[in-house]
Amino acid sequence: MPLRLERLENVSPLRHAMAPVVAALVTLVVGAVMFVVLGHDPVRAFTIYFIEPLGDAYTLQELVVKASPLLLIGIGLSFCYRANRWNIGAEGQYVAGAVLGSWLALATHGTEAGPWVLPAMLVFGALGGALWGLIPAFLRVRFGASEILTSLMLVYVAQLGLDYLVRGPWRDPAGFNFPQSVTFDDVALMPLLMADGRLHGGIVIALLAVVAATFVLGRTLVGFSIELAGSAPRAAAFAGFDEKRVTYGVFAVSGALAGLAGIIEVAGPIGQLQPTISPGYGFTAIIAAMLGRLHPVGILVASLVLALTYIGGEAAQITMRLPFDVTRVFQGTLLIAILAADILVRYRIRRVEGTTHA
Amino acid sequence: MGDVPDPPHALLEAVKLTKRFGSLVANDHVSLAIRAGETHALLGENGAGKSTLVKMMCGLLQADSGELLYEGTPIIFPDPASSRAKGVGVVFQHFALFDALTVVENVALGLPGHQPLAVLAARIDDCVRRYGLSVEPYRRVGELSVGERQRVEIVRCLLGDPRVLILDEPTSVLTPDESENLFRTVDLLTDEGRAVLFISHKLDEVRRLCHRATVLRGGKFIAEVNPKQESSASLARLMVGADVPRTPRVAAHALGEPRLLVRQLSVAGDGSRGSALHDINIEVRAGEIVGIAGVAGNGQTTLFNVLSGETRVEDHESIVIDKVAAGGLGPTERRALRAGFVPEERLGHAAAPDMRLSDNVLLTTHGDGQIVKRGVIHRSVLFARFQQIVKGFDVRFGGKDPKARRLSGGNLQKFVIGREVLRDPVLIVVDQPTWGVDASAAAFIRTTLRERAAQGCAVLVVSQDLDELLEFADRVGVMCEGRLTAPVPVAETSREAIGLAMGGAYGTHSAAGEGHHAA
Repeated sequence: MPLRLERLENVSPLRHAMAPVVAALVTLVVGAVMFVVLGHDPVRAFTIYFIEPLGDAYTLQELVVKASPLLLIGIGLSFCYRANRWNIGAEGQYVAGAVLGSWLALATHGTEAGPWVLPAMLVFGALGGALWGLIPAFLRVRFGASEILTSLMLVYVAQLGLDYLVRGPWRDPAGFNFPQSVTFDDVALMPLLMADGRLHGGIVIALLAVVAATFVLGRTLVGFSIELAGSAPRAAAFAGFDEKRVTYGVFAVSGALAGLAGIIEVAGPIGQLQPTISPGYGFTAIIAAMLGRLHPVGILVASLVLALTYIGGEAAQITMRLPFDVTRVFQGTLLIAILAADILVRYRIRRVEGTTHA
Repeated sequence: MGDVPDPPHALLEAVKLTKRFGSLVANDHVSLAIRAGETHALLGENGAGKSTLVKMMCGLLQADSGELLYEGTPIIFPDPASSRAKGVGVVFQHFALFDALTVVENVALGLPGHQPLAVLAARIDDCVRRYGLSVEPYRRVGELSVGERQRVEIVRCLLGDPRVLILDEPTSVLTPDESENLFRTVDLLTDEGRAVLFISHKLDEVRRLCHRATVLRGGKFIAEVNPKQESSASLARLMVGADVPRTPRVAAHALGEPRLLVRQLSVAGDGSRGSALHDINIEVRAGEIVGIAGVAGNGQTTLFNVLSGETRVEDHESIVIDKVAAGGLGPTERRALRAGFVPEERLGHAAAPDMRLSDNVLLTTHGDGQIVKRGVIHRSVLFARFQQIVKGFDVRFGGKDPKARRLSGGNLQKFVIGREVLRDPVLIVVDQPTWGVDASAAAFIRTTLRERAAQGCAVLVVSQDLDELLEFADRVGVMCEGRLTAPVPVAETSREAIGLAMGGAYGTHSAAGEGHHAA
């Protein structure tokens, strides 16, 4: 029996706001089934995943550290998604930013360079991400290429480029042939917020981004033009907003924030360049953006939730010998659930009787 | 009204249908019987509940109470497919055709089963001959005029052999000639014993064509009358509940400076029908209303886009707004010259359907320096302007600040016009100011534009409604195939002359030749 989606005329704001909550519940149910199939007690697994990390000061800090790149990238993506531009390549822009920012750290390594190095690295990081993000924007504007495909493909280009650099020209000569750069000088490292903790300056930057994005998206003409271009392109042209400028603009912002997240991560928790600098932050941030309703504050909450799956995943790897892929499954299930919930909030499913199509 | 003749049996009957949307009662115990062999008019203003009633009668909406009778037996249509199966066909105002496909392919998509296209084409030809509809099965829909597309929709309906045919505002997109052809088709259909429900706000048509008319107002059934025994004025009174004001005739006032000068404007087409412009010349002076008549798809959309700045032209001097060469300027820069634009398509072009109405104020006012300062939106100023538009132009809607999509066509149009008028422009360019708008809203919009002109604004109106242009424009030109005849004073031309020039745009080549002659 064929099914059909019908648009609902009236969707209450409450219903709209409930979609992420329902999606989270569905994810938990799917997760429980998965644990049972894997032969684990779901209650114990959930406790390790989602409860225990919250009871420990160190892991709480770690939670915030993991949430901050998700937050930065997610906010950038929300600019794109509001404008109906589907940037799937934040992971690549993250890597590009990390590479360009690190270039400065390596170039000044061992010199007397002063405290200007870190701020300049952040600028370079944002620039690297923005330039990488502008490539799919250019391909779309100039040739009409789907930004979904091009931005995704460029992720692999960026990752392989990074891999080449740390195995080749940028490898630490004194590093016993390990594929990694030298450890950055102190002037090229993110300062810690507390002497004996994990929290670093990047978290402040991420929170500033929340404030700035809330203002830009909610109160300025730029935010309005982004929203309008996504909602009704022809009306946006009529209003005098250039579609190309919007496309370039949102990709530049999105790429810059991803690049910034990349260089903060390298200059912060990691401290050097290595082949893998992200557990998929760029992709997980897509979920954070969608789960957070493309609103900066929502993305803040969503980033913390998703960071919890990373932390819980690490704990489960250790205590339950569950592979990291379980975390990926959680995140993927959550994305599918949120996308489905979004549709089901706005549409209802109706059965079409038999074959009486006439 | 007891003077309606003894009725033939009803094919489809709505009995006391009620439909609520939240607190709004869109239909309040509305009854209507469509009878075999009759053309039944459904009259009412925008928001009177005509669309809601039609949607319930074809299964797009379900009534809250009341029932539908099909040949006297209660029936429920859970969806449009089930009403089609019972022989209820609807031709909506907005067509559901794929531009890239041919006529026959479009028709095939709407029919059950798999018929070879050749067989279907033969059936189309058959239907076309029988009902005097001219449709060529193998032409691409993208190349067709609006009138031709409507005929494709009608043919598609007729191939399903409907017993009841519902036509939603069918003549609003047709030339006088095309309308006549449609009326002949409708007469043939009713002669065969089919029933036609004819939704219109053109009262003269209804009086000529229809055997019966049901009038709705504010969601309520007002009267069923014999339109042939009514005058247009008495029908309008029933619809509106009061006398409809005519647009006050032009009080002679001096014309001022030219506010819009279009000189030798040519635009290359993109290959689709009616996208090129050839050597257009227009002058609109302060205080006058210049009308551009013509059938849809003859370059009006391109002309509007070129004037609004959505499409720029190479020769900057070919468009002059208030003495400034504007051909290379974008929409915001042209608005800064105090020009205002109102596109034909309300949802998606003039307004963003899924944004709140107050946000839609920003579309054309963001460059004026009052609501947006240094890139920051001042919500309180924005909301004040929004209230001003709503109050000053009688824009009605449910809730405080709904999405634009939720407004009826007439109310959204009043909003869009009000948004421009309150910017105090020296030039207004309006494409189809009253398309699909009810009589009283249309009168209000025309009066508003007339008043602006009297206060020294230059107004350019593109319209397919000839009566409208003759009623309130000072000079009228005709567009056909991307060319514009020199606008002449309304007093010095006639319906026939204009109609002939309009018709020149299509049909056979010889007819096109005559049209150019007449132009």
